[in-house]
Amino acid sequence: MNEILTMTLQHLSLSLQGVFWAVLVGIPLGLAAYRRERFRSVIFTVSEWLQIFPTLALLALLIFIWGLSDTTLIAALFLYSLLPIVVATHAGLTGISPSIREAAFGLGMNRRQFFWRVQLPLSLPHLLNGIRVALVTAVGITTVGVLVGAGGLGKPIWRGIQTQNTPMILSGALPAAALAIGIDWAGQWLEKRIMPWKRNQEDF
Amino acid sequence: MNATLILAAFWRHLELCFLSVGLGTLTAVTLGVYLYYRPRAASLWLGLTGALQTIPSLALYGLFLPVLGIGLLPAVTALTLYSLTPILRATLVSLREVDPTLTEAARGMGMDRWQILRRVLLPLARPGILSGIRMSTMYIISWATLAAFIGAGGLGDLVLGGIYNYDIRLILAGALPAVLLAFLCGAGFDRLARRFSIPGGTPHE
Repeated sequence: MNEILTMTLQHLSLSLQGVFWAVLVGIPLGLAAYRRERFRSVIFTVSEWLQIFPTLALLALLIFIWGLSDTTLIAALFLYSLLPIVVATHAGLTGISPSIREAAFGLGMNRRQFFWRVQLPLSLPHLLNGIRVALVTAVGITTVGVLVGAGGLGKPIWRGIQTQNTPMILSGALPAAALAIGIDWAGQWLEKRIMPWKRNQEDF
Repeated sequence: MNATLILAAFWRHLELCFLSVGLGTLTAVTLGVYLYYRPRAASLWLGLTGALQTIPSLALYGLFLPVLGIGLLPAVTALTLYSLTPILRATLVSLREVDPTLTEAARGMGMDRWQILRRVLLPLARPGILSGIRMSTMYIISWATLAAFIGAGGLGDLVLGGIYNYDIRLILAGALPAVLLAFLCGAGFDRLARRFSIPGGTPHE
């Protein structure tokens, strides 16, 4: 039991690390995409191609750079989480109506104040949504991380499949499924909590 | 590494994706139409398929293994479940986006519910539904590589072989056809949607 808890926490930590780097890089990229039209198409094309590339193959290729290690997994998580974060940032920024912009500059805000006090808070709903999607995906990819020698809940699942050991499979599969669904629900709850105006909206 | 091996894996991959997306489309579009008429049940079903989709694929394969064993059956079952959400969502949203005056007019012309569905709602919602199927297809092509874990074959087999033998050529032989397939499918769906689009219909993408 203790071992399962340790592996679950390790799983969560690996997923969080990958998404953390994607948030760190993805928000500036989303901002760049919003400000410069030329960046936009380049960034979106590259991230979309990354998204199509099969998870398993990306992990496999990264082995040749970082070997069998957690780093390989985190790098893959970073690359996969990039698109949702960039798209979310961009969508959040473009969603702000020009009249709000006018009002902010009319109040005498400079560009920096406008970014920190208006643009960022208003794009928060999109951004949080993007981070939630990225994190849930990351939990899924982390289970595959066992193939590149990373830790987490993929190990018992993989070993259990190979030895046809059902309890062992379940000891990894159930916590992994619970972790993904739990993060999804917690994220949705948080979004509604921070943004009360979303509360009565249907989830699409 | 030889061409026959790659080709065989490619066909198997195609088979996996085609079966899953086909079954998923049938189920999700039917369910979407049903939920269009029963809006109160919609959020429950969307929540359910959404939760299914968040389950990590390796975990889902693991959960199916004791019941369905290994091979094609559990792989297609899992991939079909994964393909549901985008198509269901697209179907529901597209149907709801159809201008009510159009269905009103159809009713005024004496069409019954079935005729309105077949001749007004579905044709107008088609481009939107197609974009949902497109999205599912792209994901499934990528995720089907993981089916190799439970002995279902496909391009994932080549990638796994590449990992075991530390052979980058084998990995690329698995990955590049998958990327190519996803790209071609995406372009195909865009073409199809453009052909089917009619004035007043829902937008594609």
